[in-house]
Amino acid sequence: MTGPADVIFYVLAAVTVGSAILVATLPNIIYAAVALLFTFGGVAGLYVLLSADFLAATQVLVYVGGILVLIMFAVFLSNRISSVKLSNPVHFRLPAAALCLTLFGVLAYMAVSPAFVPKQEITYQPTTARIGELLMTRYLLPFEVASVLLLAALIGAALLSRPDRPDIPRPDMEEPK
Amino acid sequence: MTLDKLLVIGAALFCCGLYTILTRRNAVAVLMGVELVLNAANINFVAFSHYVSRMIGGQIFAVFVIVLAAAEAAVALAIFLRMFATTGTVEVDMADHLKG
Repeated sequence: MTGPADVIFYVLAAVTVGSAILVATLPNIIYAAVALLFTFGGVAGLYVLLSADFLAATQVLVYVGGILVLIMFAVFLSNRISSVKLSNPVHFRLPAAALCLTLFGVLAYMAVSPAFVPKQEITYQPTTARIGELLMTRYLLPFEVASVLLLAALIGAALLSRPDRPDIPRPDMEEPK
Repeated sequence: MTLDKLLVIGAALFCCGLYTILTRRNAVAVLMGVELVLNAANINFVAFSHYVSRMIGGQIFAVFVIVLAAAEAAVALAIFLRMFATTGTVEVDMADHLKG
């Protein structure tokens, strides 16, 4: 039985996995970043099919809107765009491919084994209110720890990426030739 | 759409991310591979939370993973910029200043 939900699922799965393979193989890093956009979008669609509406919105907002823009900035600020073909070299191609294919075989074999028993009734309900309640009650401590972590990351990133001030001496680092 | 198909998708994403991490020398591309791996883990969390568990703890965990990924990407970008300013490249092989 293939309903429209199954068709949508297969399309999303193909987009997600196909663009992930493109991310792994495309030589041009900017194309790889654009393929990563489609991977994130496909994963957000899978979240919708899994009745994780809040997570799907978060995925679009944080990954597509935030992390991907950060990665694009990292590409533009840290590469000589004129030599973009040389900016993304690869090595160890064959051993890495063999390792990853073997690992994929093992993981897929585990996934289709009957070790995981799904529950009988599968419900589709809005989850945002429940996630909010759980974050304020049961998972309050990890929530607060995450906020402290975000503050630390904010300060650390600002401190690391500040421009050099010539009047303030920096601890010397040996310059490579 | 069943649990095993979603787990296979998660495994495929994980292996693509691992391949990216292993083969690329540009640090930004390695960061992309890390994001792929985190997304694969998130798919597994949400799939198990939907099909196996009665709680939605898996979704909560996925939210925390997204928070960690955002913080990690910001700090990683700052480190890459500092590394580019210092060495003129972001290839991970070149970051060996601490080697004796």
